[in-house]
Amino acid sequence: MHNEHSDTHFQLRIDNGEHIEAKDYMPENYRKHLIRQMSQHAHSEVIGMQPEGNWITRAPSLRAKQILLAKIQDEGGHGLYLYSAVETLGVSRSELIEQLQSGKAKYSSIFNYPALNWADIGAIGWLVDGAAIVNQVSLQRTSYGPYSRGMVRICKEESFHQRQGYEIMAKMMAGTKDQQAMAQDAMNRWWWPSLMMFGPHDTNSPHSSDAVKWKIKRETNDELRQKFIDKTIPQAELIGLVVPDKNIKLDDNTGHYTISEINWDEFNRVISGHGPCNKQRIDHHIKYHNEGEWVREAAIAFKKKHTKKELETV
Amino acid sequence: MNIQEATHTYTLRLGDNALILGHRLSELCSKGPILEEDLALTNISLDMIGRAQALLKYAADTEMLGKTEDDLAYRRPENHYYNNLIIEQPNGDFAHTIARQLFVSVFEFLFYTELEKSKDTTLAAIASKTIKEIKYHMQHAADWTLRLGDGTAESHKRMQKAVNDLWMYTGEFFEMDNLDTFLLHQHIAVDASSLKLEWNKYIKTALNDATLNVPEDSFMQTGSKKGIHTENLGHILSEMQYLQRAYPDAKW
Repeated sequence: MHNEHSDTHFQLRIDNGEHIEAKDYMPENYRKHLIRQMSQHAHSEVIGMQPEGNWITRAPSLRAKQILLAKIQDEGGHGLYLYSAVETLGVSRSELIEQLQSGKAKYSSIFNYPALNWADIGAIGWLVDGAAIVNQVSLQRTSYGPYSRGMVRICKEESFHQRQGYEIMAKMMAGTKDQQAMAQDAMNRWWWPSLMMFGPHDTNSPHSSDAVKWKIKRETNDELRQKFIDKTIPQAELIGLVVPDKNIKLDDNTGHYTISEINWDEFNRVISGHGPCNKQRIDHHIKYHNEGEWVREAAIAFKKKHTKKELETV
Repeated sequence: MNIQEATHTYTLRLGDNALILGHRLSELCSKGPILEEDLALTNISLDMIGRAQALLKYAADTEMLGKTEDDLAYRRPENHYYNNLIIEQPNGDFAHTIARQLFVSVFEFLFYTELEKSKDTTLAAIASKTIKEIKYHMQHAADWTLRLGDGTAESHKRMQKAVNDLWMYTGEFFEMDNLDTFLLHQHIAVDASSLKLEWNKYIKTALNDATLNVPEDSFMQTGSKKGIHTENLGHILSEMQYLQRAYPDAKW
């Protein structure tokens, strides 16, 4: 006889490909892993608004400005669904924000790089969202129901983001010499960090094994990274961008590209807080969160006053 | 002055209001007091820029010089912009952002409701599309005015200050110059001066409901119809026009 509250029963459900829902039994470590991963994902969406937001007021056409605004609005919306999905695991949004601001929770390290020219907006859409999609498509089949459903919705919008990013790059590569130089400069700066988005090699990934067993993660870091590399290199070549790696080779037997070793020192440095913008991103979040405190207090005070009035008139 | 030239300038003024306020609101991205509000402000900004695009396109068409809406948005000097002065005022704190939006959106609601009846079918069609969006902007601003005015002592104080600070820029809404009057006689333009009573009534109710005082009408700022601005517009443009000015041959 199975006990519905046992880890064995839980693992059986996972192995059968069932979704786990908020009120179902789950091992404490499964819950912890999900909170860590999903909140990190939510924070990434929200912090990711900053580098792109850096170019909204300088977007070069009305169309470009609308597309960029709509895209950043989507990212914020994704942050919202994901915060709600994490809340189903018993953590409030204010706790999550506190964890982000104190450094206890992480966000994707890619957003610790600066957006320096307009082509960076193209590179972020094409490479950063492109890498995120590879991961998110895989997460549509993740075992936790609310996370999986969130991903299905998010993936639809992310593929639009990736296309618009590529469109910017293609347009600039077909443009003036200055525009081509900006596009190549953005490519040079975003290529390696976007490969790092998939995390360490499988052999060095501390969270991978449980996550795979619990089907939170359906494919490993290296498998996902390879998919991204194979998809992206031909796209770069098509519009005349040079991938900043002299050792790139297409292996005819496997059909996969091989690349140089990733600079893991840089990866570790940025993750541990010493990237170009780590401090700036969190300071920005804290500054505007604090500046908004009186607004949130006003909304709560108003609600309290008026709920009281309503009760008195009943 | 012929009808076409007058319509061009008239449309440009409307387009500039949408363009510059859309820009101001877009500055707030990732700076909202809560994530939901970040999304709401971005939404309003998007509506405004969409409206600007439609109006500036029509302004370019009526100018007949082969320009595009982007040429008009990004390649004019400061004194060829005609947005109202209130539009270019800084976002300030959230109370200032909301007070500016309330004043503008209530005016726009009254204005575009009339413009829907314009004999100029393009302007009437743009008005009819935009009025649906404006209703939401107005509701959003009125809801926050209520919460901030009748929230805490601090929010009340900030909201009252914002209302007082911006009041002197509200007189421009109702100004009519020769061009407006000429087009009014052609049944193209709106009689903005006739909207003042209604605007005052709506604003008085919104402010009083929020326990806020309506400032006394005293000195009102003016100049935008002649292209004379506050010092704010130059900074907005130097940022907004940066790429178009730095790389004049590039297509984006």
